[in-house]
Amino acid sequence: MKSMRKLNKVGMILSMVIGMIIAACMSPAAGPEVVESDEAAAPAMQEVQSTLSIVQERGKLVCIGNAQLPGFGFLDSEGNFSGFDVDYCRAIAAAIFGDANALEVRPATAKERFTILSSGEGDVIIRNTTWTMSRDTDLGMNFGPTTFYDGQGLMVRKESGVATLQDLQGASVCVVTGTTTELNLADQFAAAGVDYEAVVFEDFDQSFTAYDEGRCDAVTTDKSSLVSRQTTLTVPGDHVIINVTLSKEPLGPAVRHGDDQWFDIVNWVVYATMLAEEHGITSQNVDGFMDSNDPNIRKLLGLEGDFCAKIGLSNSGCFVDVIKQLGNYAEIYDRNLGPDTVFDLPRGLNSLYTDGGILYAPPIR
Amino acid sequence: MQEIHASQVRPPFYRDERVLGIFSQLLVVIIVVGLGLFFYSNMITGLREKHNVAISFSFLGQAAGFDIGESLIEYSRERTYLRAFVVGLLNTFQVAFLGIIFATALGIVIGVMRLSTNFLVSRIASIYIDIFRNIPLLVLLIFWAQAVFLKLPRVAEAIILPGPIFLSNRGVAIPWGIPTDSWGTFLLVLGAGIVLGAVVSYLLREQGKRTGRMPLITLWFLLTVAAVGLVGWIVLPQPVTLDQPFLEGFNTKGGKILSQQFMALLSGLIIYTAAFIAEVVRAGIQSVSKGQREAATSLGLNPAQTLRLIIFPQALRVIIPPLTSQYLNLTKNSSLAIAIGYPDLFAVAGNTILNQTGREIEMFTMIMGTYLSLSLLTSLLMNIYNRRIRLVER
Repeated sequence: MKSMRKLNKVGMILSMVIGMIIAACMSPAAGPEVVESDEAAAPAMQEVQSTLSIVQERGKLVCIGNAQLPGFGFLDSEGNFSGFDVDYCRAIAAAIFGDANALEVRPATAKERFTILSSGEGDVIIRNTTWTMSRDTDLGMNFGPTTFYDGQGLMVRKESGVATLQDLQGASVCVVTGTTTELNLADQFAAAGVDYEAVVFEDFDQSFTAYDEGRCDAVTTDKSSLVSRQTTLTVPGDHVIINVTLSKEPLGPAVRHGDDQWFDIVNWVVYATMLAEEHGITSQNVDGFMDSNDPNIRKLLGLEGDFCAKIGLSNSGCFVDVIKQLGNYAEIYDRNLGPDTVFDLPRGLNSLYTDGGILYAPPIR
Repeated sequence: MQEIHASQVRPPFYRDERVLGIFSQLLVVIIVVGLGLFFYSNMITGLREKHNVAISFSFLGQAAGFDIGESLIEYSRERTYLRAFVVGLLNTFQVAFLGIIFATALGIVIGVMRLSTNFLVSRIASIYIDIFRNIPLLVLLIFWAQAVFLKLPRVAEAIILPGPIFLSNRGVAIPWGIPTDSWGTFLLVLGAGIVLGAVVSYLLREQGKRTGRMPLITLWFLLTVAAVGLVGWIVLPQPVTLDQPFLEGFNTKGGKILSQQFMALLSGLIIYTAAFIAEVVRAGIQSVSKGQREAATSLGLNPAQTLRLIIFPQALRVIIPPLTSQYLNLTKNSSLAIAIGYPDLFAVAGNTILNQTGREIEMFTMIMGTYLSLSLLTSLLMNIYNRRIRLVER
């Protein structure tokens, strides 16, 4: 009896085992097939349906953004997404729907943002994203106009009197690891022939605490982040960001390769905010320009030529909606990063070309 | 009778327990291997189809391009990723090696203190154990780095101890020897000293066996080596020159600098692991039966002799296996270095190199393989030692 029961048990185990083997043998065959059919379907759908029509059908724009960078993309005290980058998401929504709030911000980490865009889970990335060649080509992105010219900078103590890289001979530098931060630092210091000690942290807080305590003579990351972090040091006034840029970091919106109409919409919404500043049009005075005789202004405001139709938008005042709801570039900048904010970030390169910066929008005509 | 009869008649193979047993074990092996192969091929196909990349370690030969704060071997940004990996490995090895030595010493002291009959001494030891065993190591490390070593004075106002030793929140700068041309010869002399020492201790052991009185062999061995070394040191023209640290510019120069991150990591690991080792030691000592101690006392041994000659050798047999686990933990825990900025294996390979190359699978295979090898090596050495001190039955 006993051995019979044992045999039954063995039989049961055996049948389970065989079932598992069959399942295991089947799944490798099934796995890749499913993946292939998915991949085949995605590009086909994109060809059929433009991003614009997907967005219009959905009734809102899905913008891939940041939730952790004060000034650019973060959750404000009321739990809403706010910041410079988020305002550009809102501007695109305003141009398409006439409503800046027809928007869903999809927060993403630096690593996952491109995958989310490629998979069609979002429509545009506006998340302090640096325009680089490999991202443009390998990752299949198209980068719109740069909305913020950033660069990796160095913050030092005022009392050290450091003004150039050469002054940092033999110094310790605190670094936050990033995709290229350590590389830029090593390259620039080697080019300048300066020996230094790199103290590498994985985390912003650790790195800036170590700098604040005097562990390092300098700390390096993107200048915009240095500015926002300077306000958190014990005595912010004791520190200065030196006039050295270790790298170029042009930040702007990115869209998928292959949908030119959508790319045009993103481009011209950004340009419209710059053109509005150039012509002195703000959210406050835009109504006063409606009887302007200047053909450049009339075209921007949709009073002459149907330029919104050229990018596929039926609303002829698409740029007026952007200016009314978000304002021009200067207003967006000042609201998020300007003198009235904790950052008080000088415009610098991010001024219009007429003011000594490099913002230069092509004309609407 | 019937039972014997039943076992003599062989059942058909599909009901033969032995055959079925072998068959089911074979099946399990096939399933495990099959699943492994399935996951592996799935990964390879996924990588090829999604990202168009194949597993390759050729990137290790490319220039790393980044700098590492501290290194035991010569390294610069022109060197390869492989070299950077080795730098990280040596940094891990360094901290694990020193950590194991100091944690063992501290752990034994605390463990013995814990059993002291002196109320104050045993209280101090048990408070130490209760505090440090119950704080997560990461918290302890960050506390140690930020609240202790970073709070030391800045380098310009460094505390200068005789030596000179510079204590600042950059780390500890100590004088350090620099080998001169005659260093190689001196090492040869030292080697000869060790050989001579071995001969001396062999002769002493033989003599001890003859006379029945064992001399202190270890002491004589060390004395012989030291004497030969001293002769070599005097005869040779200065095998080592002393390099003293001094303050210049932003940092101290010269000597050897034990960086703030290294000190924080090392002391955090020592203090944390010593608490566990103390408990292991206590358990080992308590496992030796009371009769042994009483017998030793009745033979006229004093308490120190009892501990050294009677209790500890027997306790070691219980101590070694759990102690090995603590050594392995210490080595693996050193990967928390990333939190306080020490460039250990994981910080260099799992963070910087991975960030720059995007080779997750290759890098993690290498990192896991390296930690595994380090741990297996430690286990092997400890097992050899364990075998040596095992009770030899005569």
